[in-house]
Amino acid sequence: MAAGPHEKQFNFRRMWKLTVFFTAGVALIPLVFLTIVNYHVTQRSIESENLLRTARLVSNTRRSIFFFFAERRAALDFIARQDNFAALNEPGALEQILKNLKHSFGGFTDLGLIDPLGNQRNYTGPFKLLGKNYSEQDWYREVCKREVYISDVFLGFREVPHIVIAVKRKLPNGSFYIIRATLDTKKFDDLLSGLEMGGQGDAFIINREGTLQTPSLYHGKVLEKLSLPVPEYAPKTRVFEEINSNGVPLIIGYRYITETPFILMVVKHKQELMKSWYETKIELLFFLGISIIVILGVVIWMATYLVNKIFLADQTRIATLHQVEYANKMASIGRLAAGVAHEVNNPLAIINEKAGLIKDLFTFKKEHTGDEKLIGLVDAILSSVRRAGAITKRLLSFSRHMDVNIQTMDVGEVIKEVLGFLVKEAEYRSITVSVEAPDAVPQIESDRGKLQEILLNLINNAFSAMEDGGHLEVTVRCTHQDSVSVTVTDDGCGIPEADLKRVYEPFFSTKTKKGGTGLGLSITYGLVQEIGGTISVKSKVGKGTSFTVTLPLKVGNRRG
Amino acid sequence: MRVLLVDDEEELVATLAERLSFRGIDADWATSGEDALRKVETQTYDLAILDVRIPKMSGLKLKKILERKCPAMKFIFMTGHGSEEDFKTGSAEAGAKYYLVKPIDIEELIKKMNEIIQG
Repeated sequence: MAAGPHEKQFNFRRMWKLTVFFTAGVALIPLVFLTIVNYHVTQRSIESENLLRTARLVSNTRRSIFFFFAERRAALDFIARQDNFAALNEPGALEQILKNLKHSFGGFTDLGLIDPLGNQRNYTGPFKLLGKNYSEQDWYREVCKREVYISDVFLGFREVPHIVIAVKRKLPNGSFYIIRATLDTKKFDDLLSGLEMGGQGDAFIINREGTLQTPSLYHGKVLEKLSLPVPEYAPKTRVFEEINSNGVPLIIGYRYITETPFILMVVKHKQELMKSWYETKIELLFFLGISIIVILGVVIWMATYLVNKIFLADQTRIATLHQVEYANKMASIGRLAAGVAHEVNNPLAIINEKAGLIKDLFTFKKEHTGDEKLIGLVDAILSSVRRAGAITKRLLSFSRHMDVNIQTMDVGEVIKEVLGFLVKEAEYRSITVSVEAPDAVPQIESDRGKLQEILLNLINNAFSAMEDGGHLEVTVRCTHQDSVSVTVTDDGCGIPEADLKRVYEPFFSTKTKKGGTGLGLSITYGLVQEIGGTISVKSKVGKGTSFTVTLPLKVGNRRG
Repeated sequence: MRVLLVDDEEELVATLAERLSFRGIDADWATSGEDALRKVETQTYDLAILDVRIPKMSGLKLKKILERKCPAMKFIFMTGHGSEEDFKTGSAEAGAKYYLVKPIDIEELIKKMNEIIQG
């Protein structure tokens, strides 16, 4: 289709890009934003949940440990108050008490009674400590001052970690005595190792110098130095995050246990605790990815679909505009042709009459007769006038929309009638003509005269395009429910592609030298329009040309 | 038969009249509607050949007036113009058969004249 001012009204590529860009933006920006916010909020809440849980664990464990010591101290205090020094100093008195303690509390290893001078006056246990003087030892001075003493863990009997607890009993006379007991730390260790902790959690006790008092899973053995720094003193439970020397992020909770030299510590691996979050995170990102792909897919599909629809609509619009333009052009040319014909016809009529009169004079008046040469000249003038008249008449019939005279007819019959005019020429030039008009093709309502003229023009054109001995084919088909098409196909010289667009234009002719007027096809075009049909052409140079006229079954079908 | 030719082209009607007279047809001519009406006051014509377009008074209007004045008169139209408007009105008035486009072959014209007079 020829390029015209109607093309390029829309840039479809740009339209598609903009549609995709904005639709995808509107859909994806909130989604991505929400996902990011959700991601951060969830991560933060899981982190703070972990800290809180660690703090709770530390707090609860501290309470148990504190109670463990308080209980044993109270037991010793009870013994000191229950019996006086003399009774406790009886040989064998402590054996019974130690036995009872072991039975009721467990973990007691030995028991000793010490006088104010620091001498161990009575003792029961696995060592031979009777009579030992402690007055120079730190713990002794401590218990004298504070009345209670709990030692750090030390490796005692059979290399088992032990703790010493000592209580002072003041007497009314100002004197005092001390009961000292050694505990193994097994109960204590059990308490810590029994804690349920996820995430490579580790609970242990250190003293204030950072020496491990209970075994740790990951941070050293009993009485070794802790690999982490000792946390600063705080009266309450504290939780903080730290990265250890290996670069592993840790969550550390701790509590100083009052009245003891101990610090309870709970250490967890942050990444282990966040493991479930990482899984959720991957799911979240996967969901986001899938959503983006689906949204983009739908957006691109929609944009392509819509832009295609607009493109097709635009193509139709352009085609319609071209059609209207063409129809307008034909109408203008028609008016012009009529004007020209009118202006030419009057002088032509005068020439005709004048030349006719000259001839009449030669014929009817005796004084003018006999000059054969002059008669020949007049005849030449008259024949030229007839030719010119024929052209102007055709021009007029091209522009004129004559009343349509409708009747019902069989297209095949009309074709046979038309071929009847041309039978002689076909025989003379040995052109074979085949007609294919199936009985199934319905009769149509149309103008017989116009249809005859259309077919005559097309077949005449085909004849002049063909060499002698060519082949002409006329086929009738019922192409559509309410239309019939007639195709006239020749195997003549064909029409060059560049000329195909112009074949219906008046005075467009390639056989002017052979006497063509260039009006045949434009008149045919006009006639086809008048009876509500359409005409189309296909051609290949050297192969032949095929004109197809499609006619409505009823003229009214097409003409509003 | 007496014929009246009306066309604004004097050269045309005068020549045509002379040619018809060679063929034994008594032809008179006028170049305007008024001229034609004056002619019918004094003469009787069997047939009028009118141009569709003549100045001041159209051929069709002239035909109506002539029909009233001379009810027996027959009419043939000729035209140099082929507009749809002219054709519709002209052929409706005279019948498509007696609506001729210039230039007209004289033998053809005489044939039509004989047909309309007899018919």
